[in-house]
Amino acid sequence: MEDKILLAHGSGGKLAHDLVEKSFVKTLANPLLDKLDDSAVFELSGRLAFTTDSYVVSPIFFPGGDIGRLAVCGTVNDLAMSGAKPLYLSLAFIIEEGLPLSELEKIVNSVQRAAGEAGVKIVTGDTKVVPRGSADKLFINTAGVGVIPDGVDISGDKAGVGDKVILSGAIGDHGIAVMSQREGISFDTELESDCAPLGGLVADMLNASRNINCLRDPTRGGLATTLNELASQSKVSIRIEEKAIPVREAVLGACEMLGFDPLYVANEGRLVAIVPPEDADKVLKAMKKNKYGKDAVIIGEVAAKPPGRVVMKTVLGAHRIVDMLVGDLLPRIC
Amino acid sequence: MKYISEFRRSELAEGLISHIQHSSKTPARFMEFCGGHTVTIFRYGIRQVLPETIEMVSGPGCPICVTANADLDKAIALAQIPGVIIATFGDMLKVPGSRSSLEKAKAEGAEVYTVYSTMDALKAAADNPDKPVVFLGIGFETTAPTVAASILQAGEQGIKNYYVLSLHKLCPPVIRALLDAGEVELQGLVCPGHVSTIIGSHPWEFIANEYGIPCVVSGFEPLDILQCVDMLVGQVEKGQSKVEIAYRRGVRPEGNRQALKLMEQVFEPAPARWRGIGEVADSGLKLRDKYKSFDAEANFTIEPGPVVEPAGCICGEILRGVKTPADCPLFGKTCLPESPVGPCMVSTEGSCSAYYLYGEGLGG
Repeated sequence: MEDKILLAHGSGGKLAHDLVEKSFVKTLANPLLDKLDDSAVFELSGRLAFTTDSYVVSPIFFPGGDIGRLAVCGTVNDLAMSGAKPLYLSLAFIIEEGLPLSELEKIVNSVQRAAGEAGVKIVTGDTKVVPRGSADKLFINTAGVGVIPDGVDISGDKAGVGDKVILSGAIGDHGIAVMSQREGISFDTELESDCAPLGGLVADMLNASRNINCLRDPTRGGLATTLNELASQSKVSIRIEEKAIPVREAVLGACEMLGFDPLYVANEGRLVAIVPPEDADKVLKAMKKNKYGKDAVIIGEVAAKPPGRVVMKTVLGAHRIVDMLVGDLLPRIC
Repeated sequence: MKYISEFRRSELAEGLISHIQHSSKTPARFMEFCGGHTVTIFRYGIRQVLPETIEMVSGPGCPICVTANADLDKAIALAQIPGVIIATFGDMLKVPGSRSSLEKAKAEGAEVYTVYSTMDALKAAADNPDKPVVFLGIGFETTAPTVAASILQAGEQGIKNYYVLSLHKLCPPVIRALLDAGEVELQGLVCPGHVSTIIGSHPWEFIANEYGIPCVVSGFEPLDILQCVDMLVGQVEKGQSKVEIAYRRGVRPEGNRQALKLMEQVFEPAPARWRGIGEVADSGLKLRDKYKSFDAEANFTIEPGPVVEPAGCICGEILRGVKTPADCPLFGKTCLPESPVGPCMVSTEGSCSAYYLYGEGLGG
């Protein structure tokens, strides 16, 4: 019979120790984690960025990724969106009793691969097991710290009139890839989640220009919600061109079928940058050389009025408001 | 052929827009019957690119919006019967009835499943043999055949705990009722695309022949709508009134015979209540006697209580094309997508929702 996670795996006793040592520490090995002290102890200097996020995606495996990769990329990207170089992550599991051990191991391996790619180390962690029905298979929380290079000052309230709005690639892949696997609505698609760590892309962008004003990853709520947040924080209007926004045909098709607008569908490996016009071309050029920014495009610019609103020029040349997402489009996509 | 991006190409749109602008001389009011068309029109800003000679008004073609409060109350009352599972399309959850909504009933403990297909509702019945599963049959001719198929399948598979609350509505009779009421004068009708996929274009002939109104069946992409408007303008300028199809990839004049046969087998026409319009003869569908054992109305005692209409809401007049959301004192103030007062703000195909979300005319 297949080995499953038991309540005892979270008890702090023998089984728990075995799980931590054999499944986690062995795979995620690094000097800070290997010490197995109560805290990871390290030195850092400069301005730090610190963030946390919890991951409850369902299903836990989806085309192009899984909850482990998502838990690393999501937190790494939150650090990167502050301009920070992501360094250390914590990793906490809440596991539902009965999860096959093989699935957990697959996810830990995926965490390690994503952390390796992102250049971060998992330095501390925790495991809890809850009775069947108290969680859905596996929830993960990660927190992360990173260091912000000198001269970098990125914030959602810094978009200035005339700045260019750059999008790093096609939108909607993650949300639709996850949706395609949902019980009750599953459909065949070649789409894969765009889930990716963006620390490297941001580093390349900052090498091209330290004057980037805003960075944000359009996750839940999609591009529309991210742009609305930035417009509202900076008290400016963001003007975008529908024609310029890349959307794959498969995403368009699935959105038609499900009644969604790709502007509101989640992404996990895309970013929006707001950059002074004189620096836009060099930032764009740097992005295009990175594999996670090769399809980057300028999709619009910042204007003064109407403040707090996003206005889109449609493919017909008309204008319309792009509002925030209301309600719940895709429950639990991250 | 990918069927989506080709129908959103801006260079083709420019050609159509310019043709419409040159050929339209006579002022004309066109109604898009269908809520799906309303959404496309607002999402792409089509009203902004049409010449001043053309006025577009939205019609009652949103199945959620036209469901009368009395019928919503019935659905909610059914959900509140202990042990009953309600299966419904997601749009219905938030629609406020007289006193509650399915979403609120669910929060209070009712079992409400959101499904994407009628067959998922049937599966819920097969998976829960000890509980009655009631599918809320809301929709036009587009959805009714799939509901008919689910009933026939339930019969074949011996599933005895599957029921349908049939609130289906038929489009041609309500258009006749609107035209007979004479409140809104039309020079053209954008006929619903998906409904016509099922019923064909022939059932619209009476509008062209008896009322002299040009009719063009349209698809749902921006180029479809522009082509449809162009064809309507063509008829207006030539003084013609006939039924044309601007959606050949989806609609044949005779419709989908197989789907029509299924509908005919399971349902018969019945009077139906439309929000804002009232009862219209033969504009609804009820289950034939032979299928009574699947009819929720015949098998449950439903006590919804007295009907209360939301004060100040003008959804009814908006659905008749007499007023627009901008005329409503509640619009954008107390009636918002996150706290809707009337159904036209709830449904993604509702006029108020489209007006609000796409902020027509703002920012130009």
